[in-house]
Amino acid sequence: MIRKTVADVSVALEGIQSGMTLMLGGFGLCGIPENLIKAIASSPFKDFTCISANVGTDDFGLGLLIKEKKVKTMIGSYVGENSEFERQMLANEMEVILTPMGTLAEKCRAAQMGIPAFYTPAGFGTEVAQNKEVRTFHSKNYILEEAYQADFSLIKAWKGDSAGNLIFRGTAKNFNAIMSGAATITVAEVEELVEVGELDPNQIHTPGIFVDRIFQGASYEKKIEKLTFSNP
Amino acid sequence: MPLTKEEIAKRIAQELHHGYYVNLGIGIPTLVANFVPQALQVEFQSENGLLGVGPFPMKGAEDADLINASKETVGTLPSSSFFDTATSFGMIRGRHIHLTVLGAMQVDQEGDIANWKIPGKLVKGMGGAMDLVASAKKIIVAMMHTDRKGNSKLKVKCTLPLTGVGCVNQIVTDLAVIEITPQGFCLKERASGVEVDQIIRATEGKLIVPDIVPEIQWV
Repeated sequence: MIRKTVADVSVALEGIQSGMTLMLGGFGLCGIPENLIKAIASSPFKDFTCISANVGTDDFGLGLLIKEKKVKTMIGSYVGENSEFERQMLANEMEVILTPMGTLAEKCRAAQMGIPAFYTPAGFGTEVAQNKEVRTFHSKNYILEEAYQADFSLIKAWKGDSAGNLIFRGTAKNFNAIMSGAATITVAEVEELVEVGELDPNQIHTPGIFVDRIFQGASYEKKIEKLTFSNP
Repeated sequence: MPLTKEEIAKRIAQELHHGYYVNLGIGIPTLVANFVPQALQVEFQSENGLLGVGPFPMKGAEDADLINASKETVGTLPSSSFFDTATSFGMIRGRHIHLTVLGAMQVDQEGDIANWKIPGKLVKGMGGAMDLVASAKKIIVAMMHTDRKGNSKLKVKCTLPLTGVGCVNQIVTDLAVIEITPQGFCLKERASGVEVDQIIRATEGKLIVPDIVPEIQWV
């Protein structure tokens, strides 16, 4: 077996440098790599290009990197619910590239799967299509979108083993499963790290080949952005 | 009487058919789930990665790993499944989703839709809207017929930045049910007590008015 376990978050982030492109898993605050984000927020590195569906909140998730003014370019899809992000965007302190959610997901998956580009109908006829190649297949119009190229992919899973095999839980699978193996180095933090043999191979969502480093995260907060309940 | 938001959702629920997989946008579209006839087999998709969206959890049963695309805590159903977001949009782009219901700022007579950006105002992003409108088999827009200033939202040509082109099939507003045809908007039904003239006045785009326009029936 090929061992992917690293001692802690600092070893997991070895090699990270200012100006790099980072993929960050999660949707809203669901399934975000909490430990990796906190470690980068308190590191000296900055000027990152971040690829993530959303931008966290003012005091959690990707919002922690934004608060520390570490994000130079944000590539995301829905960027509401973070007032400091809004301030930096409106003050032109940060470049923001808005991307249709499905296109963003597929640009990650394409990077993971070795597909350099793909055609999608999303955004045809809109400002998203500006300066992009258009082709018609079966009388429907598509635009060419390229796979992302990133230095680090930072993801979070529920369980993992020392070979890097991952199991996600609920809707926390989101971008984590498709960002694994989509960058030069993939780092996975998990709530529970076990030895090989303890996870059922039938139940693995992401095979260890897509993961370079794995560690068990400490004290997960798993904050909820919008608590909604049914009436009793 | 113009329809309430709940009534708009209730009328859209009449468009659900047996075996439909449906994606509901935020706002009025979300309410459609409250009006599904008990006997009808339909399943709702949440594009972050859940098929078979269940009711909101009871207090104490909320789960940080279980949210919908509006980031709200939700529940599952016995038929539910989880998947990554690329697979989720594969369901959408691959036309496995039968119906998409979403809100809009403007729709024009050619079926173009604008619902994500107002120039000069804070932009929050398009989320999944561009993927959804580009791919769904049927798209119904739920919105008010006019904006707060009384301007028609049913345009000759959208003036706001577009979300998608030539994609909307049907619009249900507080005043009417309208289909989009190659000839323009076509008035199919009107809210109880709302006169055809009022709908014509509230519609900027070309509106085809049949000889008989029935009132919306509640089944």
